[in-house]
Amino acid sequence: MPSIFPKWANQLGPKLLIGGGLIGTLVTAGVWYYFTPKYTRVGYQPIQPVPFSHKVHSSQLGIDCRYCHNGVEKSWFSNIPAASTCMNCHSLILKDDPRLQLVRDSYQSGTPIPWVQIHKVPDYVYFNHSVHVNRGISCVSCHGQINEMEEVYHAKSLSMSFCLDCHRKPEDNIRPLQFVTQLDWKGQVDGKQLVHDWKVQPGESCSVCHR
Amino acid sequence: MGDLFEKVFLFALSFFGSRFKLLLGLVALAAISVVTIAGFRGQLTRNRPIYVFPDMKWQFKLRPQTTAGFYAWQNDMSSRPKVMGAIPQRNGFVDDTSWQLNALNTGKEGGAFAALNPVPITLDLVRRGQDRYSVYCQPCHGAQGDGNGMTKKLGMTTVANLLDQRIIRMADGEIFNTISVGKNTMMGYAAQIPVEDRWAIVAYLRALQLSRLGLEADVPAPVLEKLKK
Repeated sequence: MPSIFPKWANQLGPKLLIGGGLIGTLVTAGVWYYFTPKYTRVGYQPIQPVPFSHKVHSSQLGIDCRYCHNGVEKSWFSNIPAASTCMNCHSLILKDDPRLQLVRDSYQSGTPIPWVQIHKVPDYVYFNHSVHVNRGISCVSCHGQINEMEEVYHAKSLSMSFCLDCHRKPEDNIRPLQFVTQLDWKGQVDGKQLVHDWKVQPGESCSVCHR
Repeated sequence: MGDLFEKVFLFALSFFGSRFKLLLGLVALAAISVVTIAGFRGQLTRNRPIYVFPDMKWQFKLRPQTTAGFYAWQNDMSSRPKVMGAIPQRNGFVDDTSWQLNALNTGKEGGAFAALNPVPITLDLVRRGQDRYSVYCQPCHGAQGDGNGMTKKLGMTTVANLLDQRIIRMADGEIFNTISVGKNTMMGYAAQIPVEDRWAIVAYLRALQLSRLGLEADVPAPVLEKLKK
């Protein structure tokens, strides 16, 4: 009686098992490493229309974040300043600098400067800046060391697990209110005490962020 | 662990012969080319983030300060600017009075500048003013109010000294008006600082002037005793 399966079929099982296991492991590893905002978003550093340096304005000159992003304490949205805010100083300082031509044009004409948005949560996420800033969560917790960036880049993943990590353990990021916009603050604070005193209850249910 | 891997490797080698090496080589090549093209996590890149499954991430709705997609709207802005000449009657709340031309909103009373701050002076108000002063005023006027902020070194030489007699004698309403609409080289801060905060800054400025230029007799006796110690 001729055999139904050829002789090489004997090795097929183990071969598939080991070969498939090897390839499967690598594909899984690749997906785990790459298919996450930690890879897709972190490091995004677009070229901005005006070469504005946060390092110069924040670290060297010591301007508070809220001088320009003045809506952050009242609004869910942290505003990009109008050109008139830049011109408060730049009508006198560097008033003929070619790098600021776009700012001057925008101030004259009212045409907005086409800044490129870097930090962007999906439209079904309703993140509120004011509630975080007013409860001692610093800019640095989500945006990284903006005060040290010549050009801003996406420093943290802002993924859902990133949000939940802090919502489950806010004491790691909470700080006294006067240091919220002081990005280089290195002080120690009893986070648990602040969470208790301010009655911070960061929800974890869906509707906290999604509606 | 290493020992186990070696055993499995040797077993596989004896089992498949050279074909296993070929497979290993191909897999390694694939892995290296993926890493070469895709790089590592956190590498700086000019490329926009990739969204393989857009789902409902970018919905057909307008977010602030973005492009609207309506060519008829001025500059295609999603945040609509106020129509020229329009006076908002209500700003979200029924009891909103921000449109009224009273001393609180304009700093003026019957054509003249209001002499006194229309907001009741409390410690909280002065503290709030201190906080706002440090954000919006300090860069130019300096922490002490003497006009020696950091912008002086950068070429702004015409900053007013807030401890000057001229400003001490100024009506509260006039200081409020200057913060709101600006004066000489200073531009108005009405867009950046809300009305209540502007009055808080005026209150703090009065405290600042008193702290720098007050006399020993101005200090209450118990406080003075403490200070002298």
